[in-house]
Amino acid sequence: MDTLSLQTPQGMTAPALPLERPSTFPDVLLSEWTKIRTLRSTFFSLAAAVVIVIGMGTLISYESGLHYTPVGWDPTTISLSALIVGQLAIAVLGVLSITGEYSTGMIRTTFAAVPRRGRLLAAKALVFTGVALVTGEILSWVAFALGQAVMSGHAPTASLGQANVARAVSGAGLYVALIGLMAVAIGTLVRHTAGAIVSVVAILFVLPGVLQALPSSWRNPVEEYWPTNAGAQIIKVTQGVGVHELSAGWGFGEFALFVAVLLGLAYWLLNRRDA
Amino acid sequence: MIEVRNLTKRYGSTLAVDNLSFDVHPGRVTGFLGPNGAGKTTTMRSMLGLDRPDGGSVKVDGRSYVDLPAPLREVGALLDAKALHGGRRAYFHLLCLAQSNGIPARRVDEVLEVVGLTGVAKRRAGGFSLGMGQRLGIAAALLGDPKVLMFDEPVNGLDPEGIRWIRTIIRALAAQGRTVFVSSHLMSEMALTADHLIVIGKGRLIADASVEELIKGSSRRSVIVRTPDSSKLWPRLVAAGGEVEHQPDGSLLVSGLEAPTIGELAAQSATVLHELTPKEASLEEAFMELTEESAEFHAGTGVAVGA
Repeated sequence: MDTLSLQTPQGMTAPALPLERPSTFPDVLLSEWTKIRTLRSTFFSLAAAVVIVIGMGTLISYESGLHYTPVGWDPTTISLSALIVGQLAIAVLGVLSITGEYSTGMIRTTFAAVPRRGRLLAAKALVFTGVALVTGEILSWVAFALGQAVMSGHAPTASLGQANVARAVSGAGLYVALIGLMAVAIGTLVRHTAGAIVSVVAILFVLPGVLQALPSSWRNPVEEYWPTNAGAQIIKVTQGVGVHELSAGWGFGEFALFVAVLLGLAYWLLNRRDA
Repeated sequence: MIEVRNLTKRYGSTLAVDNLSFDVHPGRVTGFLGPNGAGKTTTMRSMLGLDRPDGGSVKVDGRSYVDLPAPLREVGALLDAKALHGGRRAYFHLLCLAQSNGIPARRVDEVLEVVGLTGVAKRRAGGFSLGMGQRLGIAAALLGDPKVLMFDEPVNGLDPEGIRWIRTIIRALAAQGRTVFVSSHLMSEMALTADHLIVIGKGRLIADASVEELIKGSSRRSVIVRTPDSSKLWPRLVAAGGEVEHQPDGSLLVSGLEAPTIGELAAQSATVLHELTPKEASLEEAFMELTEESAEFHAGTGVAVGA
């Protein structure tokens, strides 16, 4: 017991609490916000995302500017290209927001405090999507601005007045938010940190890579409709010519639907499983 | 007041809790006793809505746990001391729990004071000793100033000072009129802490009685008889329905007969008695007798308890 003093349990009867009121959804939101801001893993993951998306993104922009080729030149997408890697930091954080509770045992305390699990999942998902959205928007806008700055003088740069540029940059933040929400859903479904992260990596990179081995009559529609590919269309300013791609709006809509289905499945399972 | 009715929980083909019914009343410490694997933790998890029972119900003051509008204000539970995120500082662990139930933040400081953790409130809970973790768990249970408290094996692994502290706090909470439900596989611990006992084995209710009733009801009650003439008394005791055992010190241990009856039998046969002492069964013996049949594992003479 170390040097802790022994206290008599006085004061427990003190009228410490105001009149009982039911716990509300904003209460649970506030609680989830406290949870996420009081863990170091949050700051490590966000710092990693900053280094990757802004640092690596600016380097890529600079290098691309030096080796400028006019064919298919899209300075907006180039400045945002490090998001492909940086999204993983956000996804890991989203997974941890729920699997971290399972691996530590905190989930039992959480469920005892908030036995309405649907409400808990909604609060967790909303708080994390908010964190991912704000982070994603800041990262995208800073990476875009720095990218254009280091390219200028070497190659044509993008400006917000040009068609689709503002949509692509703000869309990148939305895409990151949805990746975060997908990670929360997958974390809830899988419950184990490693398994959930492997699942996310499989959806983002491995399975789309494997699909390259399919004959082109199969490959083209799969590439076109693969949820995370479709969602990433929102980051592009120009559509590729002769490749199979959805438009930004349809692509993002399909990705959102995919995430909604995962979240629905997570809700359904969460309510049926023992903690 | 907790009402458990026909609670049944299955894990695959194992019946962990089998049609269990009992009440836990306010103002006293109710011990929940059974050998390891008897279904205590499963029962408590079902009471908190952590496990979905396959049948039956648990009501806390007439309502199901998941329907409580602010559960922490009605039920405080310590399931295990490590049910927390070790990376979070103790203060914030309690704060996020308080916020989820609309409990004001100043209450966090109060409960930290009550359990004596104020000085380490800014330390990460993962670095806490078992005793400090247990105190933090109790602070969390007290957050909502609840009328009902549940503790699962609260003294497991604690040092003597920690055990004494938990015992004191449990008794004090019951004295304040709260409903206190404490599980243990240690009879000796329950003998010191509990007023009333619910005993289960293999998921079934074995006894629901006060500590005194359990001891009185034990067939292990016996009488120590010392006589220089045991060969004369022995057949008479057996004929009257008693069971007689020779003790190493030369006395006889008689069960199944009350002391007055033995005295009368001795008088009728003009046997000299040097001692006639009724011997209460210990709570330990009463418990052993109750759970012998149901214990999952026997080691020779029924050492299913006290692991």
